[in-house]
Amino acid sequence: MNAVRIKLRVNGEEQEILFHSYKTLLEVLREDLNLTGTKHGCELGECGACAVLVDGEPVLSCLTLALECEGRSIETVEGLAQGTKLHPLQAAFADCGGSQCGYCTPGMLMTAKALLEAEPDPSRERIREAISGNLCRCTGYQQIVDAIERAAAEMRGTRA
Amino acid sequence: MSTENKRFNVIGKARRRVDGRAKALGQLRFADDLVLPRMLHCKMLRSSLPHAVIESIDVTRAEQHPGVHLVLTGKDFPIPFGIMPVSLDEYALAPERVRYVGDPVAAVIAGDEHTANEALDLIEVKYRPLPTIATPEEALAHPEPRIHDYGEQGNIHRNLAYEFGDVEEALAKSEHVFEDTFFFQGNTHLAMEQQAALATVEGDGKLLLSTSTQNPHYLHRQLSRVLQMPASHIRVIATPNGGGFGGKCDPANHEIVVSKAALLLGRPVKICLTREEVFYQHRGRHPVLMKFRTGVTKDGKLTAMHLQTLLDGGGYGSHGPASTFYTGVLTPVTYELPRFKFEACRTFTNKPPCGPKRGHGTPQPRFGQEVQLDKIAEKLGLDPADMRLNMVTKRDSLTASWLRIGSTGLAECIRTVVERSGWKQKHRKLPLGRGVGIACSAYMCGAGVSIYWNKMPHTGVQLLLDRSGQVTVFCGATELGQGSDDVLATIVAEVLGIDTGLVRCVTGDTGITPIDLGSYSSRVTVMMGNAALQAAGRVRESIAAAASESLGVAPDRVVFSQGRVFAAEDPDKGMSFTEAIALAEAKFGTLSTVGSYSPPRAPGRYKGAGVGPSPAYSFSACVVETEVDPETGWITVPKIWIAHDIGRTLNPVLARGQVIGGVYMGLGEALMEEQVFRRLPPKLSGALVHRIPSLLEYKSLTALDMPEVDVTLIEEPDANGPFGAKEAGQGPLLPVMPAVANAIYDAVGVRIDEVPITPDKVLRALELKAQGKTPRVGPENFPQVPYPAPIRVLPPWEGGDGDELKSPAGEPWRKKVAA
Amino acid sequence: MMRLPWFEFRAPRSIAEAARILADEGPQAMLIAGGTDLIPNMKRRHQSPRTLVSLRGVRELRKSNGTLGAGLTLSDLVNDGAIRERYRGLWQAAAQVATAHLRNMGTLGGNLCLDTRCTYYNQNHEWRKAIDFCLKKDGDVCWVATASKRCVAVSSTDTAPALIALDAKVKLVSTQGEREVPLVALYNNDGIDYLTRRADEILTGVSVPLGWSSCYWKLRRRGAFDFPVLGVAAAVKLAKDGTVEEARIALGAAASRPFLVDKAGEFLKGKKLTDEAIAEAGALVASRAKPMDNTDLDLYWRKDVASHFAAYALREVRGDDMREARLRIARQVL
Repeated sequence: MNAVRIKLRVNGEEQEILFHSYKTLLEVLREDLNLTGTKHGCELGECGACAVLVDGEPVLSCLTLALECEGRSIETVEGLAQGTKLHPLQAAFADCGGSQCGYCTPGMLMTAKALLEAEPDPSRERIREAISGNLCRCTGYQQIVDAIERAAAEMRGTRA
Repeated sequence: MSTENKRFNVIGKARRRVDGRAKALGQLRFADDLVLPRMLHCKMLRSSLPHAVIESIDVTRAEQHPGVHLVLTGKDFPIPFGIMPVSLDEYALAPERVRYVGDPVAAVIAGDEHTANEALDLIEVKYRPLPTIATPEEALAHPEPRIHDYGEQGNIHRNLAYEFGDVEEALAKSEHVFEDTFFFQGNTHLAMEQQAALATVEGDGKLLLSTSTQNPHYLHRQLSRVLQMPASHIRVIATPNGGGFGGKCDPANHEIVVSKAALLLGRPVKICLTREEVFYQHRGRHPVLMKFRTGVTKDGKLTAMHLQTLLDGGGYGSHGPASTFYTGVLTPVTYELPRFKFEACRTFTNKPPCGPKRGHGTPQPRFGQEVQLDKIAEKLGLDPADMRLNMVTKRDSLTASWLRIGSTGLAECIRTVVERSGWKQKHRKLPLGRGVGIACSAYMCGAGVSIYWNKMPHTGVQLLLDRSGQVTVFCGATELGQGSDDVLATIVAEVLGIDTGLVRCVTGDTGITPIDLGSYSSRVTVMMGNAALQAAGRVRESIAAAASESLGVAPDRVVFSQGRVFAAEDPDKGMSFTEAIALAEAKFGTLSTVGSYSPPRAPGRYKGAGVGPSPAYSFSACVVETEVDPETGWITVPKIWIAHDIGRTLNPVLARGQVIGGVYMGLGEALMEEQVFRRLPPKLSGALVHRIPSLLEYKSLTALDMPEVDVTLIEEPDANGPFGAKEAGQGPLLPVMPAVANAIYDAVGVRIDEVPITPDKVLRALELKAQGKTPRVGPENFPQVPYPAPIRVLPPWEGGDGDELKSPAGEPWRKKVAA
Repeated sequence: MMRLPWFEFRAPRSIAEAARILADEGPQAMLIAGGTDLIPNMKRRHQSPRTLVSLRGVRELRKSNGTLGAGLTLSDLVNDGAIRERYRGLWQAAAQVATAHLRNMGTLGGNLCLDTRCTYYNQNHEWRKAIDFCLKKDGDVCWVATASKRCVAVSSTDTAPALIALDAKVKLVSTQGEREVPLVALYNNDGIDYLTRRADEILTGVSVPLGWSSCYWKLRRRGAFDFPVLGVAAAVKLAKDGTVEEARIALGAAASRPFLVDKAGEFLKGKKLTDEAIAEAGALVASRAKPMDNTDLDLYWRKDVASHFAAYALREVRGDDMREARLRIARQVL
């Protein structure tokens, strides 16, 4: 059985970890780093619950070999807030009803973060496209779109 | 406390939910996020045959596999369980018979999941296959082999019939009688969180099970039963559920297995189901075949209805006895219906068991009823919205079946969606390919009776306050995402005049919270809310008494608002809420109050009258717009309008979220969601498998498929609701499916009398239309079902007393009336 | 949680090194690029390679100078304005693969080599055991067509039909040398042996000629996630007066391979793209679509709508404004 040791950069911190080589990034985050904010709904790339940012791009951690993340920058929901201050997306999700059961929320948040970094002022249609790879069973998506719109305005500094 | 004419501090204000921050931080610990030292992992071996006798199970090689700590089989679980006392037909691991592909037969506990998986492959099970039953029609045709040796007869699990007034007589006298059959395909909850459970033996030697359950109390009782341990030695914590929708209501095999394993090993044992296993656990929407015979007057008023349903129950009882009732009992709540007969039959089949999903049993007949009304309106030349408006049930009335309706805002709901959608300018006026459809519904705010018979309250709330100013509220209710913690905090905060952020909610823990029956049947807002109102009112009284002495005013002149306690006549004369608590603590000692709630007694007294009554009913009306391509049948839904009578909105952010979420799920059921099965050619294989047990192939709407929803909350406060509040979690789903079907008819003139409504069905109906045939796709006929003789009850307006007529079914109705 | 089987992991830095590893390890080694197809398949025990050879570190594969590197992600293609301009059909196909996350991971080469799909095959090991497996993996019978000796799993790649219509060629490299073949020749109409690529070969790049006006229409249930259950790609060269000089129409998700409907192309040659010509070409295309009952959506309906999808494609290359139809079918404007 092969355990491997690699260095990962997770939420800005370098971590050295020892793990079973078959593990995906999802398993390593949750089981070896105890970062359980990243969720799983299928482990087959069919729901988006496990989305994290690798080198700034949203990817599915359930289909990413941890072995292939050596030296890459990984961002998870745990790294979103600055100290006790919520990221504008987090505040907007909490305030606008973007989060009901909260299970798809981490994947949604990371996907939305990448969107707003690339496009600060997306239309509602564009937001829907961007999150169409994240299934949610509670909200019907509308309040998630509301939340991302509001966070975008906040981040642009144009919120009324 | 008056529900009217009061200005609220907290209620009705858009607020961040109390658990919003933790959710946005990803900090909330769901069951599979829990880790304990020395924790082991469990995987279950499931039957690969749909129906078979287990001849032997050899676990020797699995036990010897390195890293394996324990292997369990059916012999370790001699006691059966089930959510309903009348259907205790499940075993944690099947001892001698498997009833569907996915039925658990053995479990391995190992150091990690990988090892447990390897060991599962080493278990050898010898099966003797039995003939399979795939559909209710087969179940009726083949009483043997019986899937269970209990039930009504053969493979009929439940069979019931009720008649409220002489329906045949009323139909014979009706100016029109419409007869239609409909089919509603089964579908599943598909909560994003896969069920997980972690069992451990705590320091005091007692079992602790932390699990994604909606109903910790019922699970607690069943664990005690199956493990043969006193309930006082078991603690169940309902972890925050990553969505439930009814799928986490039943006690589940895996919860019992890890509990037993933890007790045997003295180590924590965790299991998390794979997505495929979640499809096998199921307990979702029953596939239901329905037949409606409905009498109407020429101006579109109902005279009588005869409803027959046939349910595909799957391999076990689950909530089936209740589900069977629910395909009929709520039908008379929306519109005035002088006489009503319903017959319902649930069959066993070799598929994962069906149970309660959002709307439990009512979406299916509501679909049929509301589509049939659309047909009636067209035939009679009436506007379908006006026709409905003309016959809504009235406030403070009884149905033919003796359900008591309190408040109703249905008329206002209809008027609202008609207005906001531009119905009058659109219906029958849009060009070919575009259409609108309307439908309505009603749902209960909690079942009037518990799942097991008892005289105790349905819910309890305890409040603890101390001089530090903290307010802790304890309740057994479970947070699924629906916002029950926020409801609890809102009610306490409103009564005590404080911010919800000051209230700490401790919920869903049978070890420390008062019993609440669970988060099902839309019961939490009304039932838990009333208990919270009582507990908070009591502690407010104590604080007011103490504060009044210091303020020198009468206790009833003490006001609680915005974190202060002050004199009504002189708001400057007052103190902080914390100071007021300290005074009360000094005067009365430790401050703790309790509240509890039992629903009012229902007026119906006949056997079975316990299913359907509720403290209050919510109402909804929905308009859906569709675009249908007449060449391909492709369906697009650009917009949905819904109005929901919520009684009183506690937190509009959450209420709107529940409504939109219900519409979303309803639209998915209308267009694509289906839990369907596949049989292989019988000459080659006996397989009967779930067609698509995956998130990719079980189709749920993505953000691109879901239109914007226009929501109006109608506030028609109900005397039985806390501050007048009613439910929002289930009702808004119900009108969506029939509204879609009716909109498709308006768009291209074809009737799809079954869900899901897919483009191939629309195109097939369009082809029939082009050939001059009836442009309809749906079930062609309804089989002969051996329903029992009905229990006969006279409606209130025919001189009934709520009890059944004692004369046998063959005798005429008038006898009793005369007597 | 579903777990991967154990495997050895190799991370070569060059095509030559990767080819050497493949040659040494034999068919027990498999290439992994984005992993979006292989990882789920490994979790479901469709494939259990002894060695995974990762192409992530092979920078040559991510270049696009004249040819498109096989290691470009689908997002790389979507974000490339020049591709949108020159190879509209390819761009539309890439933009509709799965979801944004999966496009960030999945590569062009991976999408071209996508395993064929079937509702009897793309299931967990436990499910497949319940049907006693199937011809494609571990069993003897094709449950879709029990009399069939051939596996009828469906080619489900979006980019292949788009690139076949564009007359693309692919380069295959091994320690034995390299060869370039028309993309259409990369495929066999066999659900198991669906590629003509040898196990020791690496698909390194795609060369696509310029000058075609093209588009791609995808049929699937939802606006995201779903594989195509029909893909129609059209590419035409039109004379100034609108006469078709050359036309290539390719079908995806209609057999075990993507293929060119030669008859439709020949029929259109020398004609103008009138509604009548489009309808007739659509019928020719539809006659070649032989859907089976092994994907989402009703197979007869999929057959019925094939002519309409071909017509959408031809109308789009004719220059019609198809945005409304796009929005209805793709749920987004492309």
